[in-house]
Amino acid sequence: MQLLGIIISLLGGGVLALIVGRRSATASRWLSLASLAAASIFYASLWHVSTDALATSIWLQHLDWLWIERFGIHLLFATDGLSLILIGLTLLLGYVALLSAWHEIKQRCGLFYLNFLFTLAGVVGVFSALDLFLFFVFWEVMLVPMFLIIAIWGHEGRHYAATKFFIYTQASSLLMLAAMVGLVLLHQQQTGNLSFSWFTLTQTDTSGTIGMWLMLGFYIAFLVKLPGLPVHNWLPDAHTQAPTPGSILLAGILLKTGAYGLLRFVWPLFPDAALSFAPIAMGLGVLSVLYAAKLAFAQNDLKRLIAYTSISHMGFVSLGIFAWNHLSLQGTVMQMVGHGLSSAGLFAIAGLLQQRLHTRDLNQMGGLWSQMPKLSALSMVFAVAALGLPGLANFIGEFMVLLGVFQVQPWAASLAAIGMIMAPIYALMIMQKGFFGAATTATMQVADLNPRELLMLGILVVGLVLLGLWPNVLFTITTAPVDYLLHLGKGG
Amino acid sequence: MNWLELTSLLPLLLVASISVILLLLIAFVRDHKLTCWVTCVGFAMAAYLAFADMGNTAQQVTPLLIVDDFSRLLVGVVLLVSLACGWMSYAYLETADEIREEYYILLSLAALGACVLIASNHFASMFIGLELMSVSLFAMVGYMAHSKQQANMTLEAGVKYMVLSGVSSSFLLFGVALIYAYAGNLSIDLEVAAGGPHLQSGYLVVGSALLLVGVAFKMSWIPFHMWTPDVYQGAPAPVTGFLAGAVKVAVFAFAMRWLMMAQGDYLSLLLLGLTVMALLSMVMGNLLALRQNNLKRLLGYSSIAHMGYIIVTLAATATHGASALSTALEGAAIYLITYASMTMLAFAVISQLAAQDRGFETGTLAKYTGLLFQQPLLASALILAMLALAGMPLTAGFIGKYYLVLVAVDSQLWLLLSMLVLGSALGLYYYLRVILVLCKTPIDDHPIDNQIMVFGMGDKLLLLLLMLMTLWLGLYPTPVIEWVQLAIA
Repeated sequence: MQLLGIIISLLGGGVLALIVGRRSATASRWLSLASLAAASIFYASLWHVSTDALATSIWLQHLDWLWIERFGIHLLFATDGLSLILIGLTLLLGYVALLSAWHEIKQRCGLFYLNFLFTLAGVVGVFSALDLFLFFVFWEVMLVPMFLIIAIWGHEGRHYAATKFFIYTQASSLLMLAAMVGLVLLHQQQTGNLSFSWFTLTQTDTSGTIGMWLMLGFYIAFLVKLPGLPVHNWLPDAHTQAPTPGSILLAGILLKTGAYGLLRFVWPLFPDAALSFAPIAMGLGVLSVLYAAKLAFAQNDLKRLIAYTSISHMGFVSLGIFAWNHLSLQGTVMQMVGHGLSSAGLFAIAGLLQQRLHTRDLNQMGGLWSQMPKLSALSMVFAVAALGLPGLANFIGEFMVLLGVFQVQPWAASLAAIGMIMAPIYALMIMQKGFFGAATTATMQVADLNPRELLMLGILVVGLVLLGLWPNVLFTITTAPVDYLLHLGKGG
Repeated sequence: MNWLELTSLLPLLLVASISVILLLLIAFVRDHKLTCWVTCVGFAMAAYLAFADMGNTAQQVTPLLIVDDFSRLLVGVVLLVSLACGWMSYAYLETADEIREEYYILLSLAALGACVLIASNHFASMFIGLELMSVSLFAMVGYMAHSKQQANMTLEAGVKYMVLSGVSSSFLLFGVALIYAYAGNLSIDLEVAAGGPHLQSGYLVVGSALLLVGVAFKMSWIPFHMWTPDVYQGAPAPVTGFLAGAVKVAVFAFAMRWLMMAQGDYLSLLLLGLTVMALLSMVMGNLLALRQNNLKRLLGYSSIAHMGYIIVTLAATATHGASALSTALEGAAIYLITYASMTMLAFAVISQLAAQDRGFETGTLAKYTGLLFQQPLLASALILAMLALAGMPLTAGFIGKYYLVLVAVDSQLWLLLSMLVLGSALGLYYYLRVILVLCKTPIDDHPIDNQIMVFGMGDKLLLLLLMLMTLWLGLYPTPVIEWVQLAIA
């Protein structure tokens, strides 16, 4: 029930925030915080239950109600260690995004927090729904509030960016819907029963051409969300134009839903098709890593630059998933969490800078370190996290992914390793252009971090360092579910 | 005609009597509110009768009409659409400089025509139903002929609709004549007609093709869609709602019934025609909608696209065996219901806004700028309608779209399925455009008329009901699905 508690307290909080927001913006902020806190309490109690359950079974919680009888569709929620980690990340970044929204969002607060909390609820749903139909519903539903967040509170090109974001995701998910229905009917042909449950559908025999087509339907939808080449084009616009909390949610959480989908659905449902497709997918992953890193280097717009680094990092995730062995999958999960924290940090920094300097153009910045030592030092932390400095979470993730990939496709690992050289180039360029050198006129007289902002960034730094130094916290939880997925996906 | 046949015809008789009662009523008391009440209550009762009769055995009432659960269901739906239409007409007509009461007579006649069309399994009753509906609609489309703001547009739309509808009817009649020449009988079930003189089947092929053209005009399938955008834009908003909701449901129901009866070699020809029209409507309908600047026009193209999507179920009916057939029928019925609810929601919003200021229906989309922050209820209803039309989950539109995908995969109509996906993806753009306009902060060069708009309780209630309906169909469709399954079993 805790899972439902999380979702309901977020949804309820959203509605209340809208109602209260008409009277007072401050009240709606505190109310959102309270609803996040309520969700976290449910999450904590889920965690409490799970320490015992983890030892005995993979599934910590399993809720099941009939929804649409005609098609055997259930309201089926379940979590394993993987979902648990990702829901935790969602709530944590929820706090960070809320803190960044605290003063940035001034207009129509009630409506903003409604959309904000609904997005979080949708993402939690995506991470815990194990009925394919229900998953699809959450998958689409988290889109609408995010679309509104970009479209109403975004920057100058917001309408274009929001529309592009929506169309890319929706169009690709229609393919997923068709593939999903295909899979269900295939299963019905084989066994005679109509079900959308993940547990049942993983028993389907999906070898052969039809399996490949169905797999592609899912793969494309997840690749768009991830995003990977060649369908990454929506991301730079969406991330750049979204308000800071929106960017944090997008980069930190929404991208992870694509990776989660690949892990949870593509391999376990279509092991044969995924195996034969893996070289191509890994090739696309390598391309994403290198091409996006190159593009990141060419950007002057800080947010756009960070957006491209996201694509590059998600390339590693794609690689790791399609290598499909224990090492690479563990690395992938770590990379997802690490990237969630570091990209959220970088977007938060970009937001803080834009608030202070009214620009995102790196060429107009410079010498910020002398003005804002605290902010600059924290930026340094996030930049080196992004470039994969040992001691921080991203390093563990990327390193393990490369190790895992090397066992399967040495060429892919070798090529992707070049990405680890390109990352320092763009990450250090941010530092060089923005924070070092002579102070420009635009950067005179700006305030350093206030306690709220320090808290917001502090949460992220603690997470990065903790996971970097003590990765077993995460690995002990994800070992069992990863092995289970590997078993379903017939991997080694 | 025995008693049982008579009772099964009760909803139709009731609708017919509404028009007579209204005629008499108007002769004695001219009262807009009372007229509207009588119409709406009449529609509600007739819809109730139609639904309550479901589950009883099918009745062939004379050779002309068949009252089975399929027709009871869709007659009920059409009557509910007419009810919504009459309801939203009240506020709209209140602000019109026009005689108001006669409008409701036309509405009830049009609804009667639609019901007859749904229940017909004979070409004669089909034609009577179709013409009864169309002729009433000519007048309804051109109803605002004396209004200063609207006269030009509404008259143009009325004449256009009349001329093109007349042309399509003549195609249709000629087709029916040829089929008659082949079969010697006017029943749409050619099995029954098989005892006829058996001229060469060329008559049947050409006749069916012409009949299909006639149907395509009414359904506004491309390339027979020319009238749609102009008529949608020019007609008064409630009438456009009726055109988009009731007319499409009724004509489609007839097409479905006809194709289910169709057999043999000419079926492949019909199927080819249908597939081509489906592909064109899905893709072109959406493409043409992209840059439209008037909301009603945009919805016109959107309805072209939606009617293109639903051909999937027709094609599935025509291609495959019994199990696929029942899924296809179920899909068609569900799609019609969901489509009716979301379309009526959209037009209810437009018509309530237009009741306050005709600029909302005649002007550009810019008129709607920032409406979300001025009229939250109306704007959220419109946003919901747009999301539903775009097929977002948790709204009625998604269930409809899901059924179409299911039917397409089930019958392996891959070409239609891929165009369905492409068309829906294209469609997102203009639905989002409307939403973006609604939540755009008003800026100086588009000042909003800050006239205070006051909406009556009845208007709000209608909106809430339609919103609930649209959400309910999306959130928990099980009862409706079971009900539809009952109807087609």
